[in-house]
Amino acid sequence: MDPSFIIMQFLSGLMMATLLFLVASGLTLIFGVGNVFNFAHGSFYMIGAYLAYQTVSAWHANFWISVLVAALGAGVLGMIAESVFLRRIYGRAEEGGFQILLTYSFILVIDDLVKLIWGAEYKSLARPTGFRGAIEIGGLTIPSYNLAIIGIGLVVVVMAWLILSRTRTGRIARAAALDREMLGSMGVNVPLTMTLVFGIATAMGGFAGALAAPLRSVVPGAGIEVIIDSLIVVVIGGMGNFWGAWLGALILGEVNSFAVATVPDWASLFNYLVMVLTLIFKPEGLFASRKIRKV
Amino acid sequence: MKNHAKIKEVVFWALFFVIFGLIPLLEKSDYHLILANHILIWGMFAMAFNMLFGVTGMLSFGQALYYGLGAYSVGLMVKNFGDIWFLPAIGLGLLSATLVSILIGLLVIRVSGVYFTVLTLAFGQLVWQITFKWYHFTGGDDGIQSIIPPGILANHTVYYFFTLLLVAVSIWVLRRLVNSPMGLVLRCIRQNPDRVRFLGRRVRRNQLRIYVISSFFAALAGGLMAGVDNSIHPDMFYWTTSGEVILMAVIGGIGQFFGPFIGAALIIIIQDVVGARTEYWSLIIGLIMMVMVLILPKGLVGEVQLLRGRFRPDAKNRGENGTTFSA
Repeated sequence: MDPSFIIMQFLSGLMMATLLFLVASGLTLIFGVGNVFNFAHGSFYMIGAYLAYQTVSAWHANFWISVLVAALGAGVLGMIAESVFLRRIYGRAEEGGFQILLTYSFILVIDDLVKLIWGAEYKSLARPTGFRGAIEIGGLTIPSYNLAIIGIGLVVVVMAWLILSRTRTGRIARAAALDREMLGSMGVNVPLTMTLVFGIATAMGGFAGALAAPLRSVVPGAGIEVIIDSLIVVVIGGMGNFWGAWLGALILGEVNSFAVATVPDWASLFNYLVMVLTLIFKPEGLFASRKIRKV
Repeated sequence: MKNHAKIKEVVFWALFFVIFGLIPLLEKSDYHLILANHILIWGMFAMAFNMLFGVTGMLSFGQALYYGLGAYSVGLMVKNFGDIWFLPAIGLGLLSATLVSILIGLLVIRVSGVYFTVLTLAFGQLVWQITFKWYHFTGGDDGIQSIIPPGILANHTVYYFFTLLLVAVSIWVLRRLVNSPMGLVLRCIRQNPDRVRFLGRRVRRNQLRIYVISSFFAALAGGLMAGVDNSIHPDMFYWTTSGEVILMAVIGGIGQFFGPFIGAALIIIIQDVVGARTEYWSLIIGLIMMVMVLILPKGLVGEVQLLRGRFRPDAKNRGENGTTFSA
């Protein structure tokens, strides 16, 4: 194995990790702050990809605008899903199970609505102008779009971390994770906060879906694969943990990238291998922020 | 209350044997026989699943794994060694489901709640991918066709009574289990695992046991189904299969022992009426699931009971926490 191969695969893994992190961080955000498990998070990713496709191919808009449209659209849909449906089951006995069932019904409905609107066939999206070629660095040719994703991902990670740790909004979000009732008695509109957090999280999913659209084909039913991958990320990192999700995404992205290059047919099995190893040796995740009740 | 449960049980068994015993006599067409057979098998599968979810509170999204394992044991054995191996293959399916569920169970019961759900889903998808990609062994996307049971079992009516017998025995075993001391421990685990531990019972060991038992019956369902449809497909491993069995249990009522069976019958009849697998089948079941969760969380059987409870003068137990399992 020559070093250029390793560097290339590492960079491609980094790109995958960035996309994974963008999806998984949304998932972990709602879980950490709102204690809601959104099984349909991958479906918002898929909606993002379709919205980007729609904006670019039908309305001939600029790709970067379509990414914004996708994030906004997924965010608004997420807020509707939270305020119309999910809110009704908060506080019910056995809420966790019902959350999964309800968001599972979202997956089914969204999958078919997407099929109704855009049809079942594969859609593809060209890379944005200016990022179609490759950049040469020291004899290596790296697709410039991959670098763009890594860059965007870094910006988003740093911004999200700054917002969570340094702003009033972030403080409210962290407080909501600890004690919602107390937060309410301090005069914060907790239901609105929950809806907004849900919207931000699904917007991140839609954002990732739009960014990934030029790399993977857009197809209905993609939601479930995305959700499994991002859950593996979250399992590795520990649910509700920001940096854990980042590390989990990095591990999974790199493993996947090297597996695709060496054993392409069985690459996806390596994701599960990582998950099994984590479960055997550290079932609460590498960076568990809170102890999982070992029931 | 105890008396009430007894009556319910007698009614269920009487209806069960009258309806399912008479179908082959009244219906000469194979079509309805196969439909009834599907109801029996899915009903048993859903009840076995509910041992995990409704009774113990473990929402597994990966029971399709064992269902598929049962089916593929039968399919592969019959394809490679001839139909005489049909019955031993069902046994092999049960054995392999037991072993696999012990291995996977040891991993997934290390976590609880959402994590448990997702990990069972991930393992299910793992096996689905292997089946899908290992073309020269499993037939990949083509599945395996013309799996004909041997001897007189090849006759649809005989095979129907064969499944009826096995399903009845399975339901009876599950019923005994729910009412056993172990069933009580399982119901306690659902409500308060810490207290179960204080009482000196092992939570994880019981969870593993019920996971294995539920998987065992899922594999039986898969094996029997291979003989009904005479063909198998990797979709039997797919997560939507797990989702469908969950939906059946939720429609019937996860807090009821017999609920999931009713739910299975309903879903299969709906499927038949709207034309099996319309293009927008998942939209239909998605909307059904949404309505169940938001409006009728106790399931149809549970809600009917709740209504009846309202009209009883001594109704103390109106089932405010009615999703809790009542045997």
